[in-house]
Amino acid sequence: MKQVSILIALALTVALLAVANLLWGSLSIPIEDVWRILCGEEIEGHASWTYIIRQSRVPQMITAILCGASLSTCGLMLQTTFRNPLAGPSILGIDSGANLAVAIVMLLLGGTVTLGSLSIAGYLLVVMAAMVGALCIMMLLMLLSRILHSKVMLLITGVIISYVTGSIIQLLNYTATEEGVHSFILWGMGNFSNVSMDRLPLFSLLILIGLFMALLMIKPLDALLLGDRYAQNLGIRIQRVRQGLLLITGILTATTTAFCGPISFLGLAVPHIARLTLGTSIHRVLLPGAMLMGAILTLICNLLSTLPRNGSLIPINVITPIIGSPVILYVILKRDK
Amino acid sequence: MIELKNLTTGYGEHIVALSINSIIPEGNLISLLGPNGVGKSTLLRTLCAFQPAISGDIIINGTSLQELTQAQLSRIISVVLTERLDVRAMTVHNLVSLGRSPYTGFWGRLDEEDERQVSQAIDQVGISELYEREIGTLSDGELQKAMIAKALAQQTPIILLDEPTAFLDFPSKVEMMRMLHRLAHEMNKTIFLSTHDVEMALQLSDQLWLMTAEGVHSGTPDELTADGSLADFIHIEGIHFDSERKLFIIEH
Repeated sequence: MKQVSILIALALTVALLAVANLLWGSLSIPIEDVWRILCGEEIEGHASWTYIIRQSRVPQMITAILCGASLSTCGLMLQTTFRNPLAGPSILGIDSGANLAVAIVMLLLGGTVTLGSLSIAGYLLVVMAAMVGALCIMMLLMLLSRILHSKVMLLITGVIISYVTGSIIQLLNYTATEEGVHSFILWGMGNFSNVSMDRLPLFSLLILIGLFMALLMIKPLDALLLGDRYAQNLGIRIQRVRQGLLLITGILTATTTAFCGPISFLGLAVPHIARLTLGTSIHRVLLPGAMLMGAILTLICNLLSTLPRNGSLIPINVITPIIGSPVILYVILKRDK
Repeated sequence: MIELKNLTTGYGEHIVALSINSIIPEGNLISLLGPNGVGKSTLLRTLCAFQPAISGDIIINGTSLQELTQAQLSRIISVVLTERLDVRAMTVHNLVSLGRSPYTGFWGRLDEEDERQVSQAIDQVGISELYEREIGTLSDGELQKAMIAKALAQQTPIILLDEPTAFLDFPSKVEMMRMLHRLAHEMNKTIFLSTHDVEMALQLSDQLWLMTAEGVHSGTPDELTADGSLADFIHIEGIHFDSERKLFIIEH
């Protein structure tokens, strides 16, 4: 019962922060005018306000929520599958894989095409590329996890993957045009404003499919907490479950990475914050909790990113490590006791 | 009842134990004894279907192990392994509830019957006061009991345990073996375990399996005492088997 009330409180917090994200932005718009615009009215003399709210703040708020939910879902599923508290899409190099694939599409094939001007079809190509990249790394990790039984070795593998993809991206940057490099660097800083109203349906659809599939894995994920053998003995078909988790993590990491850039630390930190808040590892409670907690953090990040009142935005990846690293340090210190 | 017919265990080409023929009878406590590396764990893993047999057959109540689906098997055999759990933020109740997985629906929610089975299992192993305790705070013995409660909640006729007494202090070892003996007889469970605690196994098991490089020799403690195989089993200098008192005596 206590856990249910915490979940409700988290959901309410998400709703409050979502409203806050509509009310505050880099441009000050009076609260009652925001409300009137949302209700469909026009404010005389401020046509741009309508545009900012409907075309920028609304999709940005939805993007932040979906992004937060999917990153933390990935982090939680990876931590359970690899039974490693420090697993997460960025540490294991999964988003580096997506990153590299996107770089190849953007820098090598696209050349001067900037991400902002890509059509939906172009975006679909980026998403597909990111998905292939993420899935390749996931498969590599799954294979390696059978050989490498040490949890630390798996993390080191992730770091190595990040280095290798990083150096290939550097090489691609070297040969690409200045414009291509610029848009790629901007993308890499993490941004919830890339998803415009016309791209939002595709983005939301992919994320919602991924999140729904993740919810279907709740029972096998719980059994996996005890380890592969116990799970197998409880009637869980390990291979199928692993393939399912691979696919879901691939879809979610690839979609968020393709649309919003590689967002670091959240996937790793949020499951721990959710676990500490809810006091349970049971996924029936923890998975929805992590989704909500992820949405809360991305909404806060998005609010903080608009802090400079001059219309410029702080990149998301400047904020996430500040929130994420203390949590990770706490987890390491607590386990080392 | 489990029948082992010409069972050869191992990994790929590498044979660990050749051509085992034996029977694990119902409602008994059976202890598998043998030196490290002789293949006790490999045999247990083969019985749980964690790894395939190289050749031969395992027949459980008339059906070959290979023909059972994983879902069917999860209602026939439950396991308690030596690997240490590495889970945080999970209560004893959560852990034992996972034993109901073969019976729960798609979301794994427990119904009234499931909840009843879970609390009954926790009572059976005598840790009802630890119901809501976090498993990270349990002692080795308490955690082992919780794992056995998980196996009981699974409601399987057969429970396989890999060295259930390994990490325990002496009183806990005795308590554990007595409990397993009681469960086998009161609940008519087939309990098959590997152990190094020879004397305890000797006193509490209905049957012993002596596993050596030559194969498996099984029988009741009395039979194995009478035919001298227990005396042969540990033949290092300075120790001998007193077949009158059924004790291993260390000479000094």
